[in-house]
Amino acid sequence: MRPESESEIAAILRTARAPLTIIGGGTRSRPASGDVLSTRGLTGITLYEPAAMTLIARAGTPLAEIEAALAAENQRLAFEPPNRADAWAGGDPRDGEDVAPGARREASTIGGVIAANASGPRRIQSGAARDSLIGLRFVDGTGEVIANGGRVMKNVTGYDLVKLMAGSRGMLGVLTEVALRTAPVPPASVTLMLRCPAQRAVPAMTAALTGPWDISGAGWLPDLGVVLRLEGLPGSVALRARTLSARLEPFGAAGMLDEAAAAWRRLGALAAGWGPGAEDMAEDMAEGAVWRILCRPSQVDALLAANGGHEPLAMDWGGGLVILPLPAGALPALPPQARARRLSGAMMDLPLPDPVTARLNEGLRARFDPRGILAGAI
Amino acid sequence: MQMPVPDGAILARRDAIVAQLRAAVGAGTVIDDPVEARAYECDALSAYRCPPLAVALPTTTEEVAAILRLCHAEHVPVVPRGAGTSLAGGSMPTADAVVLGLARMNAVLDVSYGDRQITVQAGRTNLSVSGAVDEAGFFYAPDPSSQLACAIGGNIGMNSGGAHCLKYGVTTNNLLGVRMVLMDGTIVDLGGPMGEAPGLDLLGVVCGAEGQLGVVTEATLRILPKPAGARPVLIAFDSSETAGACVAAIIRAGVLPVAIEFMDRPCIVATENFARPGYPDCEALLIVEVEGTPPEIDEQLAVIRGIAAGFSPIEFRESRSEDESRRIWLGRKSAFGAMGQMGDYMCLDGTIPVSALPQVLRRIGELSAAAGLPVGNVFHAGDGNMHPLIIYDANRPGDLERVEALGADILRLCVQVGGCLTGEHGVGVEKRDLMPAQFSDADMEAQMRVKDVFDPRWLLNAAKVFPLHVSASRREGGRNAA
Ligand SMILES: Cc1cc2nc3c(=O)[nH]c(=O)nc-3n(C[C@H](O)[C@H](O)[C@H](O)COP(=O)(O)OP(=O)(O)OC[C@H]3O[C@@H](n4cnc5c(N)ncnc54)[C@H](O)[C@@H]3O)c2cc1C
Ligand SMILES: Cc1cc2nc3c(=O)[nH]c(=O)nc-3n(C[C@H](O)[C@H](O)[C@H](O)COP(=O)(O)OP(=O)(O)OC[C@H]3O[C@@H](n4cnc5c(N)ncnc54)[C@H](O)[C@@H]3O)c2cc1C
Repeated sequence: MRPESESEIAAILRTARAPLTIIGGGTRSRPASGDVLSTRGLTGITLYEPAAMTLIARAGTPLAEIEAALAAENQRLAFEPPNRADAWAGGDPRDGEDVAPGARREASTIGGVIAANASGPRRIQSGAARDSLIGLRFVDGTGEVIANGGRVMKNVTGYDLVKLMAGSRGMLGVLTEVALRTAPVPPASVTLMLRCPAQRAVPAMTAALTGPWDISGAGWLPDLGVVLRLEGLPGSVALRARTLSARLEPFGAAGMLDEAAAAWRRLGALAAGWGPGAEDMAEDMAEGAVWRILCRPSQVDALLAANGGHEPLAMDWGGGLVILPLPAGALPALPPQARARRLSGAMMDLPLPDPVTARLNEGLRARFDPRGILAGAI
Repeated sequence: MQMPVPDGAILARRDAIVAQLRAAVGAGTVIDDPVEARAYECDALSAYRCPPLAVALPTTTEEVAAILRLCHAEHVPVVPRGAGTSLAGGSMPTADAVVLGLARMNAVLDVSYGDRQITVQAGRTNLSVSGAVDEAGFFYAPDPSSQLACAIGGNIGMNSGGAHCLKYGVTTNNLLGVRMVLMDGTIVDLGGPMGEAPGLDLLGVVCGAEGQLGVVTEATLRILPKPAGARPVLIAFDSSETAGACVAAIIRAGVLPVAIEFMDRPCIVATENFARPGYPDCEALLIVEVEGTPPEIDEQLAVIRGIAAGFSPIEFRESRSEDESRRIWLGRKSAFGAMGQMGDYMCLDGTIPVSALPQVLRRIGELSAAAGLPVGNVFHAGDGNMHPLIIYDANRPGDLERVEALGADILRLCVQVGGCLTGEHGVGVEKRDLMPAQFSDADMEAQMRVKDVFDPRWLLNAAKVFPLHVSASRREGGRNAA
C-alpha cells in the first residue's frame, strides 16, 4: 500500500484487519510481516522558513531532498542523521541488487529517521533527532489523526508527545508530518586526529570533552583513531584546535585530518549499522553480529574487557556509543545500566530493562493501537 | 477560574488519613496544622489559592512511595510540589489533596565529570546544581530566572527554560534520567546513557507533564564545561520590525549567541524610570550575549556588528568591562520589577515563529489600545518566547476580568500565527481552559491516554492542564472506582 495523503493513511488504519509493516525508505532491510504500508507516497517539504530556522515535511520525503533544500540556504539538521549512501563512499558493491519491494535502500525518509531517532556524531553537542523535532502529526492505530508540538522552538503546552513518538518506530502510530528545527552551517570546521587503539581512545576523548572546546564530534575509527571536530567562526576554530592539541599531548601527537567530512559520515553510518565491516558481517550471520551499545564513557574499558577484547567497528559520542561485533550467538556482557541492540541480522532488542517499564510501554501501545494493527512495526 | 468540588468523603476522613500518613512516614514529615499548611495554598500565581488537606515532606524515595501507595489506596488526590514558583498554578492544591513537597530532598547523589553528568534529588534547587560542580569548571545549563529558588523536580514538571536556552536547550534537552514514583507507589527508573532506554522515550513525555504522571525523586542531568567568558552587546533600533529582522539575520549567520533578548519601547521606558540602566532612546532594543575566550568573543561581536550595520541601528553598544556588562543586563533583569512599578501586571508566556514578530507586536499594540490596558514586551527573541506584560489595577473592579480577556486574545493570536500558548511556564490551571485554541479533541485525548497509563485513577495533580469538562469523566471515573 502506498497512500498519498494523511487521510488515506487514516482510512487504511481504520479499516485494517491485520497487522501492517510500516516502511519509509526501507534502509533497514528485514523480513516484512503482513501487508506493507509504504510512506513513500507522502512526500514534500510543506514549509521552510530559513529565517525562523524551521522546516516542515511530509514523512515520506527522502532525507536527501531535505538536506539539499537546507544546503541551498547554508543550513543543516543539527543532529546529523546517518545516510546509508555515505557508508560506501567508494560505491556500494551491492548496487543493482534486489532490495525490499518499493524501497530503494539508499533513500532514508525523514519519517524513518525520526521513527528511529537516528542521530549522528553531533549528538554530543546538539542532541538527538528528538531534540531537533519540534512538532509532528501522526495517525494512531485506530485511524485517528493527532497533532502535537508545533513549529516553534519552545513549547510546553500539554504533554510532549513529540518526544514520545521520536524513536517509537511506528509502535504508536504512523508519522505523517514532522516539523524540525534547522541549524546554520558554521563557516569553519576542523577535525583533529590521534592514532590510538580503541582501548586508549576514551581518556583522550574525555579530556577533550571536559574542557571548554565545544566539541561537535568525538569518535573513534579503527583506521584513523580518535577524531575530534571543532566548528564555528574561523578564528575561534583555529584557536581551539591549537589549545586542544596541546591538551592532547599526553595521549600522543594530534594531527589535522583532511577529507574529514567523509570520516564523519562514515562514522555516522557505521553507528547505524551500515558500511564496510558492519554490512559484511550482516550479510554473513554465521560470522557474528554487530551490536550497538550505549554506556557511560567511563564504562567502556570494562565493557571491552568483559566482551573478550574484540575491537569495536567504531565508537562515537565520546565513548557513549560502541559498535561492537561479537561472535554468532553471543550476547554482550553489559556494565550496569548500559543498553544494547543488535544492528545486524534480526532486529532484536534485548528485553526492556524492568517489568514496570515494560508495563508502561505495553499500556501505551494498547491505548494507541488497541487492535494491534501496528504490531508489524519494528 | 474553576476547580473541582472537593470530595466530601475525603474531607470527612481527614484525621484518619493524616494519622495513616504519620504512621507510614513519621510525624515530622506530615503537616496538618491549618496555619502551617497555609504556606502551601498557592504557588507564584498567587491570585488562586486553596489550603490543602495536608502536606507531606518526605526525605527518601521510599517515603514518597509509601505516601503515594497510601493515598492511592485511599483515593486521595496528590499534588507534587518543588519550590512552588510555578507561574501557572501548577502546584496549587485542592482542599481534598495532599501536597507532596520535595524540598527536603536536596542531596547530590553522584557526580561524574568524565561522563559529564550529575545525579541529584529532585528538591535540589536549580542554581545549587551548578553550584555543586562550579569548582570543577562545570555548570548545569537550563537557567530559569527563578533558579535561585526553583527545584529540579519542578523544572522537569514544567520543562523549564532560561535565558541561555537558545544555545543549550531547555530541561528536556539536558535530562538523562529520572527515578520516579508512580501514583500506586511503584518506583521506576527512566532514561539511561545518553538519555536513551529501549522501547518508548518515557523520559521525554514525563518531562513537561506538570507532575501528572509520577513524582520525580532523583534526576540525572547533563553538565557542561564552563565557557571561558561571556560578553553582551546592546543594539538599539527605531522600529520593532528592524530589530526583529536583525535577530533573524544574526541567527542565520552561524554565530550562535547564548542569548538574544528583546525589549520594546513601553518596557524600555519603564526600566529607564525604574533602574536607570542608561538605555538609548529607541523603539526597540536587543541584548545579544556571546561566549568564549576574549579573542573568540571579539570575533563573534565583529560578525554581529557587521550584520547589525545592515539594519542601521541607532546605537551599537559593546561592553568593554564587567561593569558595562552588568549595566547592559540591568534593565533587562529589572524589567519585570519596573513594569510592576506601573501597576499590577499579568505576565503572559506565548511563543511565536520569529518571522511573525513584527505582525504580532503590531497586533498586540492594537489589542492593548482597544482594551485600554498598557502592554510592555520583553522576550527571548532568539526562540520566539514572548512575555507580554499587561498593566492594570487589581483594586479596580472589573480590571482583572479585562486583563484576562486581553491575555487570552494575545495567546490566541500567538496560536493563530503558528505559535503556542506557553513556551516555558506551563499550562497549570492558568491556561487550562485555552487548550482547545491549540488542540483538537483528538489531540487532547491522545495526551490523556498517556495519563491513563501512568495514573489510571487520575489522582496526581488531575485538575490541571486539561479543561475540566474534557477530563471530567476520567477524574470522576477514578473517584467512583473508590
Ligand atoms: C530497529 C532500528 C534501530 C535503529 N537504530 C538506529 C540508531 O540507533 N541510530 C541510527 O542512527 N540509526 C538507527 N537505525 C537506522 C535508521 O533506520 C535509519 O537511519 C532511518 O530509519 C532510515 O529511514 P528509512 O526511511 O529508511 O526507515 P525504514 O528502514 O523504512 O524504517 C525504519 C523504522 O521506522 C519505522 N518507520 C518508517 N517510517 C515511519 C513513519 N512514517 N511512521 C512511523 N514509523 C515509521 C519503520 O517501521 C521501522 O521501524 C535503526 C533502524 C531500525 C529499524
Ligand atoms: C520570578 C520568576 C521567574 C521565573 N522565570 C522562569 C524562567 O525564566 N523560565 C521558566 O521556564 N520558568 C520560570 N518561572 C516559572 C517557574 O519557576 C518554573 O516553572 C519552575 O520550573 C518551577 O519549579 P518549582 O520547583 O518551583 O516547581 P513547582 O511550582 O513546585 O511545581 C511546578 C510543577 O511541577 C510539578 N512538580 C514539582 N516537583 C515535582 C516532582 N518532584 N515530580 C513531579 N512533578 C513535580 C508540580 O506539580 C507543578 O505542576 C519563573 C517563576 C518566577 C516566580
